[in-house]
Amino acid sequence: MMLAVQFPYWAQSLLRVLGGLVAVLLPAGTIVYLFLFKMMSFMQSRLGPMEAGPYGSMQLFAEVGKWLQKEDIMPEKADHSIFKIAPLIVLASTFLLVAVVPFGPDALFTNFETGVFYALAVSSVSVLGILIAGWSSANKYSLLGGLRAAGQLIAYELPMVLAVVGVVIQAGTMNLQQIVVAQNAGEIFGWSGLGNPYILTQFIGFAVFMIAVQAELTQAPFDMPVAESELVSGYMTEYSGFRFLIFFIAEFATAGVFAMIASVLFLGGWGIPFSWFGWNNIDQIDNWMNIVGPLIMFTKMMGLVFLIMWIRFSYPRFREDQLQRFAWKVLIPVSLGNIMLTAVLKVVF
Amino acid sequence: MGLKPKVPGLVKGLGVTFNTMMATITKGSNTVQYPHEKEAPPLRARGVIALREDNCTSCMLCARSCPDWCIYIEGHKELAPPRRAGGAPRKVNKLDRFDIDYALCMYCGICVEVCPFDALFWSPEYEYSEPKIADLLHDKTKLGEWMETVPEAPELEVGADKKGKK
Amino acid sequence: MTMLGDRQRLAYIASQAADARLNVELETEGMTLNIGPQHPATHGTLRIICRLDGEQVVWAEPSAGYMHRGYEKLTEVRTFPQVTSLVNRIDWLGSFANEVPFILAAEKLMDIEAPPRAQHIRTILFELSRIANVSLFLGDLGVQLGAITPVFMAFRDREYVLNLIESATGGRFHPNFDRIGGLKDDLPKGWIEETRSVMRKLRTFCDEIDDLLFGNEIFQSRTRGIGVIPKDVALQYGLSGPNLRASGVDYDLRRDQKIAMAWDKVDFKVWTHSDGDSFARCWVRLQETREATLIVEKLLDTLPAGPVMAKVPRIIKVPEGEAWVSTENPLGEMGYYVVSKGDLGPFRVKIRSASFNNISIVPWLLRGVYVPDVITILASLYFILGDIDR
Repeated sequence: MMLAVQFPYWAQSLLRVLGGLVAVLLPAGTIVYLFLFKMMSFMQSRLGPMEAGPYGSMQLFAEVGKWLQKEDIMPEKADHSIFKIAPLIVLASTFLLVAVVPFGPDALFTNFETGVFYALAVSSVSVLGILIAGWSSANKYSLLGGLRAAGQLIAYELPMVLAVVGVVIQAGTMNLQQIVVAQNAGEIFGWSGLGNPYILTQFIGFAVFMIAVQAELTQAPFDMPVAESELVSGYMTEYSGFRFLIFFIAEFATAGVFAMIASVLFLGGWGIPFSWFGWNNIDQIDNWMNIVGPLIMFTKMMGLVFLIMWIRFSYPRFREDQLQRFAWKVLIPVSLGNIMLTAVLKVVF
Repeated sequence: MGLKPKVPGLVKGLGVTFNTMMATITKGSNTVQYPHEKEAPPLRARGVIALREDNCTSCMLCARSCPDWCIYIEGHKELAPPRRAGGAPRKVNKLDRFDIDYALCMYCGICVEVCPFDALFWSPEYEYSEPKIADLLHDKTKLGEWMETVPEAPELEVGADKKGKK
Repeated sequence: MTMLGDRQRLAYIASQAADARLNVELETEGMTLNIGPQHPATHGTLRIICRLDGEQVVWAEPSAGYMHRGYEKLTEVRTFPQVTSLVNRIDWLGSFANEVPFILAAEKLMDIEAPPRAQHIRTILFELSRIANVSLFLGDLGVQLGAITPVFMAFRDREYVLNLIESATGGRFHPNFDRIGGLKDDLPKGWIEETRSVMRKLRTFCDEIDDLLFGNEIFQSRTRGIGVIPKDVALQYGLSGPNLRASGVDYDLRRDQKIAMAWDKVDFKVWTHSDGDSFARCWVRLQETREATLIVEKLLDTLPAGPVMAKVPRIIKVPEGEAWVSTENPLGEMGYYVVSKGDLGPFRVKIRSASFNNISIVPWLLRGVYVPDVITILASLYFILGDIDR
């Protein structure tokens, strides 16, 4: 299948970069406005920002403007060069993540054969950024926050990987695009009305994955590294102005990207069940799916982010040791069991 | 020990926040969008002190009873024309200065209470913040202007002994 | 109760281990972490110096006094009516409750008693300030443990109570409504009906907090068995109020003390908990808020008619003597020891505020716990900085 227009390579690269920016920043902005500003406010019976723009819709730009104006403060004893790099590393991991996410039959950045592997590997780069942010701040709270973050993120990386293994076994591929196709073209016991979104057959995997995502994002029940009531702001304590803004964007952009990956892995990604339109494989898909696909993806992503944020706004946080215990004693055995079950069932059917 | 509910507490907690969200969307929020809409403070609210200058005899009771001494009074005696024709001219206290420094005032209401001549009143008005702290010193004309905003004292609840208080 | 024994033993072992670790030769240098004076968890300017080994607290000491305002001294240069406007700033969340013991002490010296209606209204306002105070605690507890929503619910529903206090007294935070011999004024019309509806709302709020926080398994795992205060230790350190009752001591000045207030006119339950851990302290406070709404309703039912002010001279001179009156304030036992030399103002006032005694147990309690538990314990002990530093 061909696109209507052929671009030279430089234009393709440019488009990819722009597309990446849009794919990261647009969901991040929407998440911040829709969930952080509005949903949280509604859950706390208030209205949230109302002044900047209609219903406060321009509030995000006001915030960005505010952060840009702020003085760039750096502690005297901080390790300056590392201190400056840290937020960029965190943000970079987000951009690297989005590179393998498919948005439509042709709307993708790279069709990477081992996409799952790559995504899981790249997502842990942000740990480095957080760890060095905590270390270089020359602040005890930051240090504690950074160490906690490192421990937590490494602990939850494992159940996340193991939860995805189930999906990979079932789909028989590590290519995210083919996982989407496999879900939408699939059928459950011969019935293809819904395709085969793996949330139905891999529900344990989905639950483990979402819990791990929650922990990876350091959102509420697992926000021990940030823990504003005890560690002030964890590894972000000493950051201000633009650098804090980068952390802030990265936090919500990563939430968006992880939700995208979750929707690709478990909810059928950009696709709708192919049987609705009589398609059988990816080559038969009409071209309009390249436009509609991202929207479908966006909707699914927002649904998942709603779940993440809903939990974030409702729950108190775990303690450090409880959090580790939960990862090692509950999530990992459960996901290992899930892998075994999936493998057995895969062989049986 | 706590109750053992059938629904796990985690799910219940989610329910609470979700219900609050739905209530906010459908019934409106509990907050007031302040500069656009305002809450009416209760009649007894201690917002600002108003001065009825005619009643003041500059007796200094209020200034003396103020716990943080934020009332400044200066006055002098003046001869006023007699009430009845042919009577002796009366001596009245004329108020030169009556300032309340709202930067110091802690809104305890003791001055209003001790005033024996009903010259001081509470008004629930509250919007008089100033960019400069010195402007919070209200002189007697400004305090007099607040008199317009003084409400009638509210009616009392059943069973109150109405003779007891003014 | 066997559970409690185990927990106690564990806490003891932890503290012994912390001691022992200091003595081993391979001791690594601990990290000193200043929690405060500027720290989100101390809601004010309390400084807690912690020596850490990893994330475990080896030694901790609260350093109070950053917000000392010298109320005991200030009262010496004020007249008796002026003092109430000062002392209701001690525990600023339950400010009306601060005025009451002082006024009662002055009344005791002058040998007058407020009329029954005044006593009733005093008690109602006292309980309302308890609700305002503790409902904020319930929200703040969530914030300390990482849940952000409860605090807004607390502020939302505390607003109703503050509105009630404001429409009755004129002051939202600092009512200054109590006078020697009674109250400044009677209640405004319609107040009783409004109070009843607000009390219903407050009970809904308590249910919400119950579902959102207390029923939450994460919350329970964070608080249960954390910061256990056994009964005898609680008594030794002079804890009072909910902190004491959570350790299983059935002691409530509202019930146990004969005082010129209306608590003896109503029946109410004094909630206690046998565990003595953080959860117990929070749970006792939640139940007390519920109970306080019921007390207010019962008092409104039995509100007698009559004046609200006894006959007192216009210029109040308190005869020579000494008096001690304490009441069960939202934070615990609060009392004033008033010495008068027959002047317009007190000669000396000693203020016993609950939080100061309650945090004195912090060094004992924080040994061997982890940094996150420090926050849990501080939150569950619930102090108001003004009440510590005075």
